[in-house]
Amino acid sequence: MLLWLLAFVVVPSAILFVYSFCERDELGRVVFSFTWENYQRVFDPIYLRIFVRSIGYAALTTAICIVAGFPVAYFIGRAGEAWRNRLLLLVMVPFWTSFLIRTYAWITILKQEGLLNAVLQSLPFGLGPWDLLYTPTAVVIGLVYAYLPFMILPIYGSVEKLDGALIEAAHDLGAGPLRVFPAVILPLTLPGIAAGTLLVFVPAIAMFAITDLMGGARVPLIGNVIQNQFLQARDWPFGAALGVVFMALFAATYWALLRFRAREDSIG
Amino acid sequence: MPSTAAPRLRPPSGLRLLQFGLGGWTALVLLFFYLPIVVLVAYSFNASRLNVVWEGFTFEWYRSVWANGPLLQAARNSLVIACATTVLAVVLGTLGAWLLHRYRFRAGRSIETLAAIPMVMPEILMGISLLVFFATISLPLGFGTVIIGHVTFSFPFVLIAVQARLRGLDPALEEAALDLGATPAQAFWLVTIPCLRPAIVAGALMAFTLSWDELIVTFFTADAASATLPLRVFGMAKVGLNPTLNALSAIFVVATAALVAFAAYVRRLNR
Repeated sequence: MLLWLLAFVVVPSAILFVYSFCERDELGRVVFSFTWENYQRVFDPIYLRIFVRSIGYAALTTAICIVAGFPVAYFIGRAGEAWRNRLLLLVMVPFWTSFLIRTYAWITILKQEGLLNAVLQSLPFGLGPWDLLYTPTAVVIGLVYAYLPFMILPIYGSVEKLDGALIEAAHDLGAGPLRVFPAVILPLTLPGIAAGTLLVFVPAIAMFAITDLMGGARVPLIGNVIQNQFLQARDWPFGAALGVVFMALFAATYWALLRFRAREDSIG
Repeated sequence: MPSTAAPRLRPPSGLRLLQFGLGGWTALVLLFFYLPIVVLVAYSFNASRLNVVWEGFTFEWYRSVWANGPLLQAARNSLVIACATTVLAVVLGTLGAWLLHRYRFRAGRSIETLAAIPMVMPEILMGISLLVFFATISLPLGFGTVIIGHVTFSFPFVLIAVQARLRGLDPALEEAALDLGATPAQAFWLVTIPCLRPAIVAGALMAFTLSWDELIVTFFTADAASATLPLRVFGMAKVGLNPTLNALSAIFVVATAALVAFAAYVRRLNR
C-alpha cells in the first residue's frame, strides 16, 4: 500500500515538479533543463488574473454552499430519526449521481431556447429571453449544484454530534435563537464547515469540466488553462508549473485545515 | 411540511417559526436538487429532437442509446475498469488498514495522512501528475493506466472504512483462533475477514461508484480505445443538447438511485 502511494502519488508529483522547470522544443517535446521561465509566465498578469478569477469563483461557490447548505444540514441533523434517514437519502442520491449528468441537466434549463426562458416568456411580465448559458452565472450555478451535497454532508456530521442539551441550556438561560447560533451552534459545527470547505473550495478552483459545459470557452478558469496546456497547446512544462502553483495552494489549504482539526481535537 | 423535528421540550413560539423556516428552506434546496433531474428524465421521452418544445412521447432516444456503438463500447470499458478498480482497491485498502492496525508503525500517523491525500487532492492534479509520470516511464496510456489512476483515488476510501471497523473489533477473537490452533493466515482469513465483511462491501461499493463516475483523472490517463462512459458523455455534452444523452442520463439516474438505496440497505445490515 505504501509502495503504491509512493509510486503513484509521491513520485508523479515529484516528476510534475521537475517538469515545471523544463523547457520544450518546437515539437512540444519536453527538454530537460533548468529554467524559471514557466514560473515567470505563471505570474504574468494574464494568468494571474485567471488564477484570481478561479479563486473568486470557488470562494463564491463555497460561500453560497455554506449559506444554502447549513440550514439544510441543521434541519436534517436535528430531525427525528425516521425523517433524518429519509432526508439524508434524498441528499445522497444527487451526491452519488454523476456530476456530469447533473451539469448537463442545467443545459436544458439555461439554454437560450431552454426551459427557463420558455417559462419566463410565458409569464406576462415581458421578461427574457435571457442569455443564460455560457455566462459566469451559469458557471456558478453549475458549481453550486455540483458541490452543494459535499457541503451539506460534512456539516450534517457535525450537527448530528451536537449535543441538543447545550442548545436547550442556552435557551433556558434566556438566549434567543439569534444569540444561540453564533455563541453555541456555529463554533460547534465549524469542523463540519471546514471539512465541507475543503471538499468544495479546492476542487471548484480547477473544475474544468463544469466551466467547459456551463461557461463554454468564454469563462476560462485555471483548470481549463492547465488542461489546455497538456492537451491542445502541448506545453507540458508550463502546464506543470501551473499545476505546482495550484498544488501549493491546495497543500496550504489542506495543512491549515489539518492544523485547525488538530486544535479542535485537543480542545474537545 | 416535515415538522417532526420538534426538540424534546416544548419550544418557544419563535423557535417553532424558525423550525418551519428551516424545513421550508430544506424543501426548496431539495427541489433545486431534483427539479433539473426530473426535467432531464422528462425530456428523454420528448419526441422533439431540439429538446425544447414538448412534441409527444417517445422511446426513440432509448433505442438510439442502444444503437450507439461507441457509447456501448464506452459503457463496457467503464464496467471493466470499475470492476478491476474495485478488486484492487479492496485488496490494497483492506491489507493497508490491517497492517496499519496490527503493527503500530512509528510513522503510522504520517502514512495515514499520506493515504488521505488522494481522497482530497484535486483530481486535475492527480491527472496531470500521473500523465507526466506515465510519459516519463514511457508506459502507453490505456486500460492499465486508467485503472492505476482509479485505484489510487479509491482505495483510501476502503482503507478508512475497514480501519473504522477494525477499531471496533475485539482482538480476543483473533487470539482465540490462534489459541485453538489456527495459523495466523487462517485466523486472518477465517476470523478477521468475515468480521470486516460489511466494511469491505461498503468500501467496494464506494470504489465502484467513484470509478464508474470519474471523469478528470480518466481524461488525462485514457487513450481513445479505453475511453470511459463519462469521457464520452463529456464529449457529447460539450457539443450541446442531445436527446440520446438525456435517455442515457435517465438510465444513469435510476441506476444511481438503486445503488444508493442498496448501500443504505447494506449500512443498515452493518448496525
